[in-house]
Amino acid sequence: MYIKEKIYRWIFTVLAFSSFVFLVGIIIVLFRESLPLFQKVRLFDFLLGRFWYPTYDPPEFGILPLILASVWVTCGALCVCVPLGIGSALFLNELATPGQRAVLKPLIEILASIPSIVYGFFGMVVLAPFLQQLLHIPVGLCAFSASLILGIMAVPTVCSIAEDALSYVPRSFREASFAVGANRWQTLTKVVIPAAGSGISTAIILGISRAIGETMTVLMVAGGAAVIPTSFFMPVRPMTAAIAAEMGEAPMGGLHYRALFSIALILFLITFLFNIIAELVSRRFRLKLGLAQ
Amino acid sequence: MDEAIKMKAENVNFFYGKTQALKDVSLDIHAHSVTAIIGPSGCGKSTFIRLLNRMNDLIPHAQLIGRVYLDCQDVFSHAADPVELRRRVGMVFQKPNPFPKSIFENIAYGLHVNNIKDKDFVETRVIESLKKAALWEEVRHRLHESALKLSGGQQQRLCIARCLAVSPEVILFDEPCASLDPISTAKIEELILELKKEYTIVIVTHNMQQAARVADYTAFFLLGELIEFNKTQELFTAPKDKRTEAYITGRFG
Repeated sequence: MYIKEKIYRWIFTVLAFSSFVFLVGIIIVLFRESLPLFQKVRLFDFLLGRFWYPTYDPPEFGILPLILASVWVTCGALCVCVPLGIGSALFLNELATPGQRAVLKPLIEILASIPSIVYGFFGMVVLAPFLQQLLHIPVGLCAFSASLILGIMAVPTVCSIAEDALSYVPRSFREASFAVGANRWQTLTKVVIPAAGSGISTAIILGISRAIGETMTVLMVAGGAAVIPTSFFMPVRPMTAAIAAEMGEAPMGGLHYRALFSIALILFLITFLFNIIAELVSRRFRLKLGLAQ
Repeated sequence: MDEAIKMKAENVNFFYGKTQALKDVSLDIHAHSVTAIIGPSGCGKSTFIRLLNRMNDLIPHAQLIGRVYLDCQDVFSHAADPVELRRRVGMVFQKPNPFPKSIFENIAYGLHVNNIKDKDFVETRVIESLKKAALWEEVRHRLHESALKLSGGQQQRLCIARCLAVSPEVILFDEPCASLDPISTAKIEELILELKKEYTIVIVTHNMQQAARVADYTAFFLLGELIEFNKTQELFTAPKDKRTEAYITGRFG
């Protein structure tokens, strides 16, 4: 009996720590494959170089256009997912009847389960031609279309985390507010939303990391031109799309290959940073409501 | 009656879905007096007090048959505004529930939501309310600190101050001392006796000694029915109903 228990314990410990091993492994590979680039290319030129011509002779490895493309597309996606996600969360939590809730909540979660390639197809085949006709723009595959699709993809993340934050606001806060003669709207804007504020911020930050790391959709919909974007209706090439499109053609161990790994490293650092911020903010949120230490 | 009737419940029946929580309750609440509602858990006393300021409106599938009056006006009529009612009939809850805001903002909140914006007025009213709630001396130097830093008893007095700030006519206390220690409890009781000069007070309590100490009138509820309602002294010394007697002598509940 005793031995058996020890074995179980051991097995589950190994299982639980395996993700830690994967994380460390991925970080090591990212650094090992990317760092040699900086013996040939200065970090400054890499980050702020304006030209991404990895296959020219001599090649240029400036990823500023790719970074800016990611930033534009992510900001655009935020403009879609924040109002939609937080609006739905408020509706679900405050206004929806139990029946509406029972239908809407799973529907929004299904949105998260659609594979990104399907979103990509939808963007290419339906949205891009539609926008091209509607707005009379030269190309439908552009930052704008990518923002829309990415925004919709991030809605479930934003909505479900914001909804959790709202539902954690103790009922006693609402009651206290009603008891001094506040109406529903005042209670929502002056008590519930401020109390859930950092939880809602967490939702937005995680929405950002979701959008910035998404690959397949931007590869298919953003248009792919590695130039510094000056308009939302220009085709762009976000960082993830560049890696996915070029990795297959880059000779292993070559500079191009190293440069792509460096992009991945920077992407990883960005999302890592956002996740840490989200964690810190949500910890403050739980403290504020007296939910945990 | 020697005193005016401030609130009145008339043949009140209340249902949560199909469960009947109150059965044909009629009760008069006298102005400038303390009315205590006692009874074992699940007897409907909290349900009843929450009807008086329509707090139960927030519960889905709840249904009321009967009438509740405030100064002879039906508070459940279509013309009646629950928001206005709750300003006139304040409430202090079982667990202290200050907002995660500063002490000052907690009390000013009720004024802000009632569109009182004059800063001087708000400040005067905040100080006045804290004094009435016997909290001023303890917090005068830290009005802008978080209310959550106060002790449980102080938080409860803060909630009373928050309630007083909007100048209610009736104050409902729903087991206000349930989560407090004996010293804080004594302070709250003292405060209630002080407040009844200006306000009409209804208090739900499962502590019979508390009812005996603070209340002028006491109502005994059992299984959703009002069993007996009388002046506190008479109810405790000469209960008319056997069930009341059994309860106050500690034979059940």
